[in-house]
Amino acid sequence: MNYQFEFGWLFEYYPQIVKGIGITIQLIAVGALAGISLGIVCAWVRALGPAWLKPVVAAYVELIRNTPFLIQLFFIFFGLPSLGLQLSELQAANLAMIVNLGAYSSEIIRAGIQATPKGQFEAGASLAMTPFETFRHVVLVPSLQRIWPALSSQVVIVMLGSAVVSQIAAEDLTFAANFIQSRTFRAFEAYFISTAVYLILAILLRQVLGMVGWFIFPRRAAR
Amino acid sequence: MISRRLFVAMTAMAAAIGFGSVAQADALGDITARGTIRVAVPQDFPPFGSVGPDMAPVGYDIDMANLIAEKLSVKVELVPVTSANRIPYLQTNKVDLVISSLGKNPDREKVIDFSAAYAPFYNGVFAPADFVATKPEELAGKTIGVTRGAVEDLELTKVAPADTVIKRYEDNNGTISAFLSGQVEAVATGNVVAAAILAKNPPKRPELKFLIKNSPCYIGLSKEQPALLEKVNGIIAAAKTDGTLNAIAQKWLGTDLPAEL
Repeated sequence: MNYQFEFGWLFEYYPQIVKGIGITIQLIAVGALAGISLGIVCAWVRALGPAWLKPVVAAYVELIRNTPFLIQLFFIFFGLPSLGLQLSELQAANLAMIVNLGAYSSEIIRAGIQATPKGQFEAGASLAMTPFETFRHVVLVPSLQRIWPALSSQVVIVMLGSAVVSQIAAEDLTFAANFIQSRTFRAFEAYFISTAVYLILAILLRQVLGMVGWFIFPRRAAR
Repeated sequence: MISRRLFVAMTAMAAAIGFGSVAQADALGDITARGTIRVAVPQDFPPFGSVGPDMAPVGYDIDMANLIAEKLSVKVELVPVTSANRIPYLQTNKVDLVISSLGKNPDREKVIDFSAAYAPFYNGVFAPADFVATKPEELAGKTIGVTRGAVEDLELTKVAPADTVIKRYEDNNGTISAFLSGQVEAVATGNVVAAAILAKNPPKRPELKFLIKNSPCYIGLSKEQPALLEKVNGIIAAAKTDGTLNAIAQKWLGTDLPAEL
């Protein structure tokens, strides 16, 4: 072990890293928000929605959960242009992450909904709420609260999985590390820094999700 | 002790090499007397040299070797080499010529001689016919795909205007896919890669817009062989004039020879 660490290139290349961190954060912010929303809609369809829509959503969830994320990304970026839908690499990355998180989170949220005691639905009905109002006010929030830790983990997994979007030239944090590595040949240092940044981002993301949970589940203290 | 032994060994080796070059004083005479010319060719570098369906080597370099043998009225003996051992094969007199997509540089010129250029090898910007650019400055505002870290990436980054959008892909396949799916307007790559795309006959045809870096291929031969060098250069010049070489380029690279070759 006589490897000499050399971080002199940081002064020249740190804007790349900062830009990469910005894009990774943007990707996960959009991906988490839209992905969880999509997940809630899909979970509602599969648990309580109209019968004709259930197989459609089930097919979508099975398709996404049983294919690699990288292939989904390539399909959107390289494949869809042949069908006339040309997306930039950032749009493609956002869409891939939304679609991916939507499928995984719908299964997690569905578990929360199905664990709701039948009495809750009956209580909603006895208060003259429509099924949708019951879902919105009585079922959804406690369900989310139940599965929030699992959902948070899934969001972190998707954030870490976003590293592969550098394959379609989206200039995220991994792209910055690869770029610096190919220019300076300081591979160990470049990946050392990107590893540290990913670790910090993942811990921060978990904290943020914890705080979000604390705000949207005000009845937590009463439980 | 060790250093004295080393000295003796080195003297012996120098003498052997010295005699070796004396022995091949007239390579052209040897080739004619033998009736065969031994040519080092690649077998792992399409389209210059690869193994065909019948296990025989095929490619641009093999056609070139056959052409030279034909003009010298001798039989050809193809010797498969790798890029690492092609020059040692020539130095140790295992072959008469190296036709193995060999580029010229000062280090190599110290140990072997080079013929005139016989094949184009360059990096350039390629795009369909409706893409207009004749020099790097005209790339301003356009989207160019390139393979990250390749020579053409480094060169293009240097010469392209600041507002050129350069998309860097992980490997040649990514760059090619991005070009064919219309994610980038043009690609900066080697003529060999462009030829590989053209061979698939795609809807978007990558045509050369301008050169980024040019390092054509030369035939390598032993030092101090003026008769053989003159003969080989004569064959190359004649093949350029009568269109034989252009036909080989069309066959393997899918394009005409560039005018500067």
